[in-house]
Amino acid sequence: MIVLHGRGIVGGCAEGEALVTRETISGWGGIDPMTGTVIETRHELHGQSFKDKVLVFPGAKGSSGWSNAFHMTRLTKSAPLAMIFNQMTTKIALGAVVTRVPAVTELDQDPLSVIETGDWVKVDGDRGVVEVTKR
Amino acid sequence: MILADDEKAMLDGSGGLAKQKAMELLVRYATALGAERFVDTKNITGVPGSSTLFLQKYFEEHAGDGSFEAVFSLYDLDAGQVTSVPPATGNCCHLQGGMDLQHWSDLGMSSEAMLHQREDEAELARRGVRIMKTCTPYLVGNLPVKGEHCAWMESSAVVYCNSVIGARTNTEGRESTSAAMLTGKIPDWGFHRDEYRYATHLIEVEAPTESVMDWGMLGYFIGEVMGQNIPVLTGAIQQADPLRHKHFGAAAASSGGVEMYHMVGVTPEAATLDLALGGRKPVAAIKYGAPERRRVYEALNANGRDSNIDYVMLGCPHASIEQFRDVARLLDGNKIKTHLWMFTSRAVKAVADLSGFTRQIEDAGGLVMTDTCSAIARAVPKGTKVVALDSAKQTHYLPAMVDVEAWFGSTEDCIHAALTGRWTGELR
Repeated sequence: MIVLHGRGIVGGCAEGEALVTRETISGWGGIDPMTGTVIETRHELHGQSFKDKVLVFPGAKGSSGWSNAFHMTRLTKSAPLAMIFNQMTTKIALGAVVTRVPAVTELDQDPLSVIETGDWVKVDGDRGVVEVTKR
Repeated sequence: MILADDEKAMLDGSGGLAKQKAMELLVRYATALGAERFVDTKNITGVPGSSTLFLQKYFEEHAGDGSFEAVFSLYDLDAGQVTSVPPATGNCCHLQGGMDLQHWSDLGMSSEAMLHQREDEAELARRGVRIMKTCTPYLVGNLPVKGEHCAWMESSAVVYCNSVIGARTNTEGRESTSAAMLTGKIPDWGFHRDEYRYATHLIEVEAPTESVMDWGMLGYFIGEVMGQNIPVLTGAIQQADPLRHKHFGAAAASSGGVEMYHMVGVTPEAATLDLALGGRKPVAAIKYGAPERRRVYEALNANGRDSNIDYVMLGCPHASIEQFRDVARLLDGNKIKTHLWMFTSRAVKAVADLSGFTRQIEDAGGLVMTDTCSAIARAVPKGTKVVALDSAKQTHYLPAMVDVEAWFGSTEDCIHAALTGRWTGELR
């Protein structure tokens, strides 16, 4: 098991399968909030849903509707289980806060290198700790 | 966090429950960012309390209350309980919304949704929110001064606010702007701070960039290569008028996350290259020449196959009055063969009406609508399969949102397509 340490920005604990992308994600216009599916045409996750997955990604891009789109996934029960990301922005900070799922950033190793899609990941947003079990 | 006395008082509840909940949300948000304090702001643009029927019904079902105040407190403020909503502080504007209140049926909206939007508007107007209903507040009277702290949503307006006006805002979201409307506070982080506003990358523009289409392509390129970074542009940038900045920034904020850019000798914080860079060396210098320009054009047109056009959409970001004049001139009294919808703000439409432009577009067979656009409303004319667009931003979003093919080109290419029914645009 690999343990990463960083800063939790939204508290709580969750664990599940990782969905990893090296591409930043758009909220409004980039995801379908009803299903948690990435809809951006040229995105590497196009057609895949982060619902009930631990979403590991570089960060947010695009419209200021980012928080609103992810907030909606909370209502439709399509939100990711947790978020792990690298680049702090206002979009992702607000989005994570209102999605109310554990979220961790500023990790001591690049989560995009350590974690692969399908790995089992435990996220502790209170302590800022991520535990990775390779599949 | 270091809180000022008025912030502590609001958190303690002495300003009432709504302000307390708004401060709680702002503290959660600021803490996530790692901000140490708040700045005061009197200039806020957002979409406060505006709900789709989905949201209204969701809260009716789950909280027993789908009223404006319920949506505002449970969703905007994430408050966990319904509170009464006091008047907004400062200069607060409502950005774009879901539909044109006159042509809502053309957009496929129900009368129920239209009446609901009218009610939301009345609730906001009662609380002192300006009903601007546009993604371009800077074109219709919300023009901050250089250095003013703002809390703006709408990525294309944010990048304009920072770069062209030299005012200071992060890309805020619905929840943070709604909370700021009640408290006059926003986290002191990012673009509110000098050290965050300097350019990181140098973009050397070699391909001539003159037309609005050129500027859209350059913006789209820069968004793709910059991500979150801050570019400073030098070289063949010409005629950087507000219209070109509008299309450039909107594109850069769509393909990437550009929230600020500098142009040497053009934008207010870039009198010299050295000032724009804050005395540092750029992380990298990136060239935009003819091959890059062609690649952007091809990427924007990657999704277009059928040259038979059903629908031409103009006004992303919302059309300025000079764009109305251009479109009216290009139509030149002829009838169109496709659908043509042109989107703008209510204020610009009022001027277009008085100037005869709306009439000229309608006489040709087009429709002028306010408040929204095809991407926001997720609405295209019935049966549309192929769209022509003059906005890199709309081209980025629309095909994925409403499942259409899209062609990108100049406004001339788009009007030609409207008049002939065929796409003949090419990179010139």
